[in-house]
Amino acid sequence: MNITTILFILLSVMAIGSAVMMISSKSPVHSVLWLVVVFFAISGHYILLNAQFLAIVNIIVYAGAIMVLFLFVVMLMNLNAETEPIKNYRLQLVGIVAGGLLLLVIISAIMKMDVEHLVQTKDGDAGLIKVLGMNLFKNYVLPFEISSVLFLSAMIGAVVIGKKDENVN
Amino acid sequence: MLLAIDVALLIEKLVLIVVVVFASLGIAMYTTFAERKVAAILQDRRGPNRAGPFGLLQPLADGLKLFFKEEIIPNFSSKFLFILGPALAMLTACMTSAVIPWGDKVELFGRTIDLQIADVNIGILYVFGVVSLGVYGIMIGSWASNNKFSLLGGLRAASQIISYELAMGISMIALLMVTGTLSLKEMVVQQQHHYWNVVYQPLGFLIFLICAFAECNRTPFDLPEAENELIGGYHTEYSSMKLGFYLFSEYINMFISSVVMATLYFGGYDMPFVNEAALAPNMAALVGIVALLAKVVCFIFFFMWVRWTIPRFRYDQLMHLGWRILIPLALFNMLTTGGAILYFSK
Repeated sequence: MNITTILFILLSVMAIGSAVMMISSKSPVHSVLWLVVVFFAISGHYILLNAQFLAIVNIIVYAGAIMVLFLFVVMLMNLNAETEPIKNYRLQLVGIVAGGLLLLVIISAIMKMDVEHLVQTKDGDAGLIKVLGMNLFKNYVLPFEISSVLFLSAMIGAVVIGKKDENVN
Repeated sequence: MLLAIDVALLIEKLVLIVVVVFASLGIAMYTTFAERKVAAILQDRRGPNRAGPFGLLQPLADGLKLFFKEEIIPNFSSKFLFILGPALAMLTACMTSAVIPWGDKVELFGRTIDLQIADVNIGILYVFGVVSLGVYGIMIGSWASNNKFSLLGGLRAASQIISYELAMGISMIALLMVTGTLSLKEMVVQQQHHYWNVVYQPLGFLIFLICAFAECNRTPFDLPEAENELIGGYHTEYSSMKLGFYLFSEYINMFISSVVMATLYFGGYDMPFVNEAALAPNMAALVGIVALLAKVVCFIFFFMWVRWTIPRFRYDQLMHLGWRILIPLALFNMLTTGGAILYFSK
């Protein structure tokens, strides 16, 4: 066992453990905080793969911005264990079926993977900012630009929804 | 070997971490003292002058007082999160110092030691990431207090920090386009050979400075703890050293953001008009540290000067400034920088 393996096991336990805690904790605020821990563990995995840029962007975007907004909303709604709506059994059943199907897809994808050449730890350079930038702006420039247009339209949509309707008053 | 670790390197880094953290704590401690003295000078008073010569022991007395105060944890609060809040605020305040180059190399006991804890190639993004996490300490603490005033203060802090992060990030992108590197060390080396970055990015620096004020919750952006409308804001329910942690982390943040601004825009450890390469390495490192700290002291004084001069914004003015003025300005700055780089490199 070298240090990479030990760190991998530690981070995996941390990621899966806090993911389970996120689902099972009663208070939504606790769930959000556990999810933040999951993001940190995943960023740790990125660093093990020498993808420092991905790791830090994951923290800035997910832990630093999106989860703060989540926390914001959850705190404002003042959800807690007593006011949690009782979910009906049919909905729970649908959830189990949907989750099971997703699991099936993931398992079949993992079965087909080439496990031997799966990861490059330490000397892999796929996640470094220079390589990533070259790839995005040379080899994948069209999908990259299209996805940015998609983001722009989503932003405009959010602004339109958020804008006060002047005809109401 | 099971774990191949360079023990000497480990010890070297550990010593460096301890020195840097304790130095920032010490400087933050005396910043609280300096803040009261500056306030006193600006208001034509004497300021604290009883504890020790010139009142120099005042921060120690304040710390002792906070430690000996009764600690009160509200009954209906979530106890774990209530304690986690100030701890996180302190942790994120101290974490940023890891990527800052405090000086060039020193030679000690036959080893060359970099005066930087980690020269990662994403340095500036790391700073940005830790800054964006800083809000958790305030939000968790304010929610766990189970108090409406605290919660409102925490929500204000969160929306303020998220809003100003955008303009800060965009002004940083313009800087990155000029320097072409994310490593803080390389930025300083570039500035030693050319002009300081503030010459190329004056507008970017101004935006960054305003956002730094907002991220540190300093006046005129201290709405999260506006005492006339929110009692004490997010730390209303806190007492004893937990309150001390919140107050203290603000001063550490102020120190660290001064260091970051000095490093990004004002040449870091570069002493102007001195050729460091001509000096002996240890001497050059010493000159560098002194230069950096001098710049930092100027910035900290500026933070205080603004605090005791300018009144607090109203909340809608704050949001208006962030979204309608700073972000378009930062975008304009980014586009002009890009255009200028394209024009001059042709």
